[in-house]
Amino acid sequence: MTSKVIAGKTVEVNEEGFLVNPSDWTKEIAAELAKEEGIPELSEAHWKVIDFSRQSAGASGSSPTLRGITSGSGVSTKELFTLFPKGPAKKVAKIAGLGKPEGCV
Amino acid sequence: MKKIVILGAGTAGTMVANHLNHLMDSNEWQITIVDEDPIHYYQAGYIFVPFGKATAKQLMKQKKNYIPSKVRMLQSEIELIQPENKKVILKDKTILDYDFLVIATGCDIYPEETPGLAEHEWGKSIHSFYTLKSSVALAEKMKNFQGGRVVVNVVENPIKCPVAPMEFLMLADSYFTQKGMRDRVELIYATPNSGAFTKPVASKLIGDMLDRKNVKVEADFYIERADPDAKKIISYDERELEYDLLVSIPLNKGADVIGKSGLGDELNYSPVNKHTFLSDKFDNIFVLGDASNAPTSKAGSVAHYAVDLFGENFKRYTEGKALEEKFDGHTNCFIESGFGKGVLLDFNYDQEPLPGLFPVPGIGPFALLQETRLNHLGKLSFEWMYWNILMRGRKVPLSPTMTMAGKWTDWEKRFNIA
Repeated sequence: MTSKVIAGKTVEVNEEGFLVNPSDWTKEIAAELAKEEGIPELSEAHWKVIDFSRQSAGASGSSPTLRGITSGSGVSTKELFTLFPKGPAKKVAKIAGLGKPEGCV
Repeated sequence: MKKIVILGAGTAGTMVANHLNHLMDSNEWQITIVDEDPIHYYQAGYIFVPFGKATAKQLMKQKKNYIPSKVRMLQSEIELIQPENKKVILKDKTILDYDFLVIATGCDIYPEETPGLAEHEWGKSIHSFYTLKSSVALAEKMKNFQGGRVVVNVVENPIKCPVAPMEFLMLADSYFTQKGMRDRVELIYATPNSGAFTKPVASKLIGDMLDRKNVKVEADFYIERADPDAKKIISYDERELEYDLLVSIPLNKGADVIGKSGLGDELNYSPVNKHTFLSDKFDNIFVLGDASNAPTSKAGSVAHYAVDLFGENFKRYTEGKALEEKFDGHTNCFIESGFGKGVLLDFNYDQEPLPGLFPVPGIGPFALLQETRLNHLGKLSFEWMYWNILMRGRKVPLSPTMTMAGKWTDWEKRFNIA
């Protein structure tokens, strides 16, 4: 775990650049993390997904599943892959400042 | 008489029935358990069936033999739960009133949720091993397999027993090697995760296990559909993987009745407090085992530790005391790694799997996060424990919460890893 300055704020990140504390997250940080993931600008459609994921994670901070995102935000899976190419579950989780979706081992 | 109704007489439900029968005063409480299927399946044995190491008959017992005689057992489909009215309606129109409801309806596979899977090639070139029936069909297929590409695909997480797909691949490596045809079989693991292992310590210590067994990993693979005629699976980002045999771990969901009764999330898992299993919505409903949305593995060992803590806690709760937030997500599981060896994991909500010795620090006999012959024997002996200790509601002399004793936090030094 290391500290890193993102959008002018010092935050803890893990080895892959995921925020350690979901409460550190700001919209400005999201925009910076999106750039790291190859998304130069966050559109309204991106925000719809990010906002839903933040809301669904709630206090637990755990990121929703792909199916959770699609059924909750109304964005189709195909669209998700266009918005967040290659592994949207992981990218959404990172940009929304939530934990990486992972297996048990 | 006050009433407790338990829905589901699988691993979790059976353990709850035994614990509550033991703990609750039978002059005050009537316990009823409902399940549509009279057979109790030893699900941890499904993984051995495709390789001819277990038969269907071995893995089935009568549920009623594991339910205490004082508990009323009903065999029926569950039509609807009406939490506002504290009622459960069964398919045969029986209405059960309850003071407390325990939901233990588990989860199941839904291959029909992915286009192309459960169509004309299901049971031919597309198989699974997540039900007894499908693992028996796969055994036949494996026996006659002439070689080619085997793709194991996880449709979406969470799934029951998350390590089972990897176990399948490692056992397949062993199986085809012993048949003298491993050079004619290509093994591929297509997973929606970013790799076979995602936790840092496990990745460092056993991350190369699949590689050593020549299993290729196709990471970040989210299947959109199967093309059963062209024998390929296609991901949302339009990657195509051809196969001769597809072993699918279809979408897992909780029981339909949970969704229908307004008690589930988008996958019909019922939201709970992850430390007490009390429903988020109703203060007289608990959800145990695979049916809940608790962020831990869907596995019998989790259900076992959870139920061990639940019994006493529930009793306190019925006496008007507050629930203790005790459960820590403790899981342990044996991973079969082929050639008579296995790996043991022990972890909880906060602590990822670490190497060490289990259950006795410094002695073992089981080795955590390391591949040993004894771990494999542990997995085999667990079947006896399951039927004779766990399903009888007897206590195993192991702490239901995870302990750091016996775990090597200095593993980097021990294994000489920088």
